[in-house]
Amino acid sequence: MNFAVLQFPASNCDQDALHVVQNVLGQSGRLLWHKENSLAGFDAVIIPGGFSYGDYLRTGAIARFSPIMQAVRAFAAQGGPVLGICNGFQILCEAGLLPGALIRNRSLQFRCEHVFLKTVTRESMFTSRIPEGKLLRLPIAHGEGCYFADDATLEQLQAGGQILWQYVNADGAATDSSNPNGSLRNIAGVCNAARNVAGLMPHPERASEEILGCADGLLIFESLLLWLHGKAAQAA
Amino acid sequence: MKAKIIVTPKKAVLDPQGKTVANALEQMGYKGIGAVHVGKYLEIELPGGDRESWRKQLDDACRKILSNPVIEDYQLEIQ
Repeated sequence: MNFAVLQFPASNCDQDALHVVQNVLGQSGRLLWHKENSLAGFDAVIIPGGFSYGDYLRTGAIARFSPIMQAVRAFAAQGGPVLGICNGFQILCEAGLLPGALIRNRSLQFRCEHVFLKTVTRESMFTSRIPEGKLLRLPIAHGEGCYFADDATLEQLQAGGQILWQYVNADGAATDSSNPNGSLRNIAGVCNAARNVAGLMPHPERASEEILGCADGLLIFESLLLWLHGKAAQAA
Repeated sequence: MKAKIIVTPKKAVLDPQGKTVANALEQMGYKGIGAVHVGKYLEIELPGGDRESWRKQLDDACRKILSNPVIEDYQLEIQ
């Protein structure tokens, strides 16, 4: 499978994401500069973390107008899988490809630590390989990760099974103290209604090998790969 | 001619910055103040021309990029 990893000015997790694609998953992948305008030949898109355009105006606000984002919009409209990590999540929300917005952490502090995530539903191409009941231990590193959406949107997300991950404690309970940034309903990651675009604040690409202390993040990439293989088999 | 744009967090959105500033003011002895909302101010220089046309264009820009309607309100003034 062929993965595109987008690169904006001040992306800084692009190499990590490409490393996971090529050296851990054993797939082909390429960095794609934000001035590019085609995703032809790619099976999936990863929008990595960083501080695109210095986070000027709002996180992700300028990046969403990059030429490559028009291609991402078309790719997503055709059902192509798009995964946004950290700043990638912020960009997808700004672009309107995911509902809601990410605002300043409740603590006003940049939080850099490991958190536990509960996978709310395994009914998605991003979560199907995660064993039932398994908590993911993943690192976060962000100042603006507080998920916000109005009540009607939150209800819609909940009813539609679009909340993919929640911040929880070691027992799997979504408590206030296990919420690192004040996200409503402890939301760490969501997907769109069509379920092919997802974003999350934690960094699975920084936790996909045992040598890094934890490989739980790999389950997300493996879920996506499994779905791509399934789709290819169907097409064959 | 210039446009002045004030962007503030919507009232329903958690505004930890505003709350922290309110607490600081209270601690400094400024008693009895209400909620504080921290936003941003943009000033855009305009070369002149039709005021209404600028208002339309900048109103569009406010909705598309200068503010995020999910979390922010804006006020646009052209002087």
